Amino acid sequence: MLAMFFWSFIVGGFICMIGQLLFDLAKLTPGHTLSLLVVIGAIMDGLDLYEPLIDFAGAGATIPITSFGNALVHGAIQEAEKHGIIGVITGMFEVTSSGISSAIIFAFIGALLFKSKG
Amino acid sequence: MNHQQKTYEQKAYEKIQKKHEAKRPLLRNCIVAFFVGGLISMIGQGITYFYIYFFNFTEKTASNPTVATMIFLSMLLTGFGVYDRLGQFAGAGSAVPVTGFGNAVISAAIEHRSEGFVLGVGSNMFKLAGSVILFGVFSAFVVALIKTIFTGLGGG
Repeated sequence: MLAMFFWSFIVGGFICMIGQLLFDLAKLTPGHTLSLLVVIGAIMDGLDLYEPLIDFAGAGATIPITSFGNALVHGAIQEAEKHGIIGVITGMFEVTSSGISSAIIFAFIGALLFKSKG
Repeated sequence: MNHQQKTYEQKAYEKIQKKHEAKRPLLRNCIVAFFVGGLISMIGQGITYFYIYFFNFTEKTASNPTVATMIFLSMLLTGFGVYDRLGQFAGAGSAVPVTGFGNAVISAAIEHRSEGFVLGVGSNMFKLAGSVILFGVFSAFVVALIKTIFTGLGGG
């Protein structure tokens, strides 16, 4: 269990450091960087590389935004195995529902509770 | 005439911009991003264990409530203005974890509240995070499509 905390720290930190390098060296905006990381996550799951990383590093792999791409591909493939090619579209948000729904719900609650300081 | 002057000014501005951009402390930024990102992931790991031990989630499914909890925490931190300050300090360390995605959605929602709930909050919520969803979904579509076709051919 302690090893899992350690590796989640290392892997999560490493992915964030790649993001920082894209900020500073490639001079990408945060929007471009995050989009690129999501695409990388999706491609990694297509090559079956992301699941081993989650087994190895736990939240170190599921908390960075790359796991969003991974979860999208995962849901799509899961559903495609059951229902054929149409499952790619119908299963897309199956696994990653919690991220999008909680973002929408909490953002609305946040807008109700807090006022802009600007 | 006016146009030429503008381009000259733009060139001068770009020069100044380059001079200042070169001074970005790369090593310091990377170390801070590494530690803050690692710390956020470690907190996520703690929440994952919480859900495994107290709510009967498995290691595979526990990441879903973990993400929801992290975004909830992100809402509180964004609302009280803590997350934006953390972002200035940590750069990608706070932007890359899913809390950064939550922060992008939530801060846009709060910021546009003054324009009303339908036209302000509703239509601007995904102003910043929309590109992540677009490219995530489209790349996932392409990857899953290719993979399904290949495994279909292999199995059939």
